[in-house]
Amino acid sequence: MKCVFVTVGTTSFDDLIACVLARDCLQTIKSLGYNRLVLQIGRGKVVPEPFSTESFTLDVYRYKDSLKEDLEKADLVISHAGAGSCLETLEKRKPLVVVINEKLMNNHQLELAKQLHKDGHLFYCTCSTLPGLLQSMDLSTLKCFPPGQPEKFSAFLDKVVGLQK
Amino acid sequence: MGCVLSLAAAVGAVAVVLALRLWLVLHSRVVVPRESVSLMAVAGSGGHTTELLRLLEHLSSAYSPRHYVIADTDDISARKIHAFELNRADRDPSNMAPGHHIHRIPRSREVQQSWLSTVLSTLHAAWLALPLTYRVKPDLVLCNGPGTCVPVCASALLLGVLGIKRVTIVYVESICRVEHLSLSGKILQHFCDHFVVQWPPLKKKYPKSVYLGRLV
Repeated sequence: MKCVFVTVGTTSFDDLIACVLARDCLQTIKSLGYNRLVLQIGRGKVVPEPFSTESFTLDVYRYKDSLKEDLEKADLVISHAGAGSCLETLEKRKPLVVVINEKLMNNHQLELAKQLHKDGHLFYCTCSTLPGLLQSMDLSTLKCFPPGQPEKFSAFLDKVVGLQK
Repeated sequence: MGCVLSLAAAVGAVAVVLALRLWLVLHSRVVVPRESVSLMAVAGSGGHTTELLRLLEHLSSAYSPRHYVIADTDDISARKIHAFELNRADRDPSNMAPGHHIHRIPRSREVQQSWLSTVLSTLHAAWLALPLTYRVKPDLVLCNGPGTCVPVCASALLLGVLGIKRVTIVYVESICRVEHLSLSGKILQHFCDHFVVQWPPLKKKYPKSVYLGRLV
């Protein structure tokens, strides 16, 4: 079972959901050997009907407390540019395609996705370029993502608040 | 006329005293040795909460009790925090210290809200945050950029200005800010004790900030 997981975060990204299910994208996903597609759609208005055939399964849900399980089961993650989703996916060492929502003005989330793309950790596109990217991308070119270091923060905090060791 | 003048003088004097107090509070950073720290963490919403909990992951149990402030409509954050705290309790069953509390205040800024209404709702939120910080009197306020953190920090600062409690304010700019500070960051860089950024371009732009590497 090869699985693609699409996540839009806490708000909605209807264009992405519609785009993934559009004929060209879905065909590409199938042709790449994926046979399961899981959509986390948030509060979106585009609500696809789940189905399951012998060769392909579509699962749809709005929210879960944790995306951990779906991320772990995924072989490819397609995500909005939210920092949380990006970082969680990269930490689980899953190949990631970030899709930019052009309708969000001054989208500050772009800064992170752009930087992580610059550092070679993910692919980066818009809804309109997603089908082409899925077709052409080579997942083996992605660089491994070193984990963050929250322990450095706790050491710093202990010092500045005067906690005794 | 004399009455108005003396009233104006009184108001002016109070303003000067408060401004002096503010200056003093911002320039007095005494680290008192202590064994526990009462923490108020502003969780705000969405990704900010996830990031905040990552920051808290490695804090020792000396940070207790932990008070979380969330936006009143944000049930997702509340669930995330509960899950995080449950997990923490499981890891360290010996820890019988008082646990965590969740407090709700109105969201000070919805995404894409206009500037004027942002100012008004922030003032409203500050008004509601004040009794909360007064009651909790945290040693440390930790925040990472949701709109909710501005009124909370303002009220924590006011405790210091009024001489009630000198609260240490630590601001960690969100990991998604690589080159530009968030609005909260732009405001709070002037009012917090330690301003932490997570990307080199920001450290370069704001030399007074603290850069410890990527934390989350």
